[in-house]
Amino acid sequence: MKLEKIVEDTAVELLRIAATELPKEYAQEMERLMNEAKGEVGKSQIRNILKDVEIARKGSLPMCQDTGVVAFMVKLGDGFPLRSSLKDNLVKATRRATDEIPLRPNAVDMFKGNTGDNVGLRGHVPIINIELVPGDELELTAMPKGGGSSNVANHRMLKPGLGMKGVKQFVVEAVAQAGSLGCPPYFVGVGIGGGEDYVMKLAKEALLSPFKVRNPDPDIGAIEEELLAKLNELGIGAMGLGEGPSVLDVHVEMAARHPASLPVGVVISCWALRHARAVIGKDGTVTVDKRG
Amino acid sequence: MINLKTRESIRSVIIMEYHLKTPVPEKNIRKLKAGDLIYVTGTIITARDEAHLKALELYEKGRKPPVDFKGNGVFHCGPIMKKDERGAWQVVAAGPTTSARMDIFEDRFIEVYRPAVIIGKGGMGDRTAKACQKFGCVYGAFTGGAALLAARCIKKVVGVHWLEELGMPECLWVYTVEDFGPMIVTIDTHGGNLTADVGAKVNTARDRIMKEMK
Repeated sequence: MKLEKIVEDTAVELLRIAATELPKEYAQEMERLMNEAKGEVGKSQIRNILKDVEIARKGSLPMCQDTGVVAFMVKLGDGFPLRSSLKDNLVKATRRATDEIPLRPNAVDMFKGNTGDNVGLRGHVPIINIELVPGDELELTAMPKGGGSSNVANHRMLKPGLGMKGVKQFVVEAVAQAGSLGCPPYFVGVGIGGGEDYVMKLAKEALLSPFKVRNPDPDIGAIEEELLAKLNELGIGAMGLGEGPSVLDVHVEMAARHPASLPVGVVISCWALRHARAVIGKDGTVTVDKRG
Repeated sequence: MINLKTRESIRSVIIMEYHLKTPVPEKNIRKLKAGDLIYVTGTIITARDEAHLKALELYEKGRKPPVDFKGNGVFHCGPIMKKDERGAWQVVAAGPTTSARMDIFEDRFIEVYRPAVIIGKGGMGDRTAKACQKFGCVYGAFTGGAALLAARCIKKVVGVHWLEELGMPECLWVYTVEDFGPMIVTIDTHGGNLTADVGAKVNTARDRIMKEMK
């Protein structure tokens, strides 16, 4: 089979896995927290989520009707034969996945309306981020993200004098403001530094850091621990009903900042942090890592 | 209206469980209290941002929308639908969307169209709560994201309107449902708003945490 077709088929499969199979470690953590939770209302919300996740996995059906805006993160090895044509393969895959899985058509043009196939009319959607890396492989991550939790993302350019304390306060403020709106329990990704645009990219990428594993930089890891504890003290609860877990995990990514700027980005995911990853070798061998 | 069982919540308040049939008489709606569990059998109609806008525009022009919302459920939902081999619409996934977006016109919608239950997730604000109190409507919170659980309660797709114009997520889907739930009543007709109460507590906690932050 041609490599182009392998990339396309793999991308469709990754979108299917992402939409229909929640990583088991997330479900297990929610189950553990449900058993610890006080109050029937909070427990009932997690129970409903876990039932839904189970039906989705068994029936290969999207766990949530909002299958998100389609996004791919690509790590393109120097020796991998495909270059700019990759984008076409991923666009084709998006159209096919929309029809085959199916995904909800979520690409709306402000003038022409819903395009019906998750592909934007102006070339930006599906969102494709390509990073150049050493090696002969292509690493492909599909991360469709729903609108409800994307709407509660937050960004602020802090005065550098507010320091790390100001950063942490802003994260608390942002998650409190998200409250019940983005389908908690949440995953929280925090970006610090890098500039007004780059900080949001860092925050979104932070969401996919290994679950419950702290940042290798112990200073950042300590902030993640602190934020996870403090954010759960907010008492938002499952679905914002005040009972059960509010936040499942927090990851922080940090870049250097301009001396006069302290950009902070907070990207929030609902309980359904959907993603799937695969590595494609230059000979066309595909290795899927469902856990991401 | 059947009350099957009771449970105890964290607030040591007894939770009542009700099974409602549409069209739900206003007096039954007025019996419900924030924190109760409800299930709806009968007709629910999906409507999100665009459908609310269009329905209200029609009313202002003296015209009627193609469905009657009175006594029925209005479901904040943009489902995934698929046509089967016979060309009939089937529900794939149909969970609630964030209701707060509809706060800007839900009060007017309730006043004009008199639905019995607004179904969504994340709760709604003061304007909507006031309209619920005045016109006899409740808000039922369905677990966000649990789209397949919701789809299982949908027994029939009765109709679809405005599909061409608004697209699959935004158009009106008319469903016959059976024991659609469980939903938690977060806004009742007595001024109760459970999500707003939780929100106030969250804000108090936020202020304390921010103050203590080192």
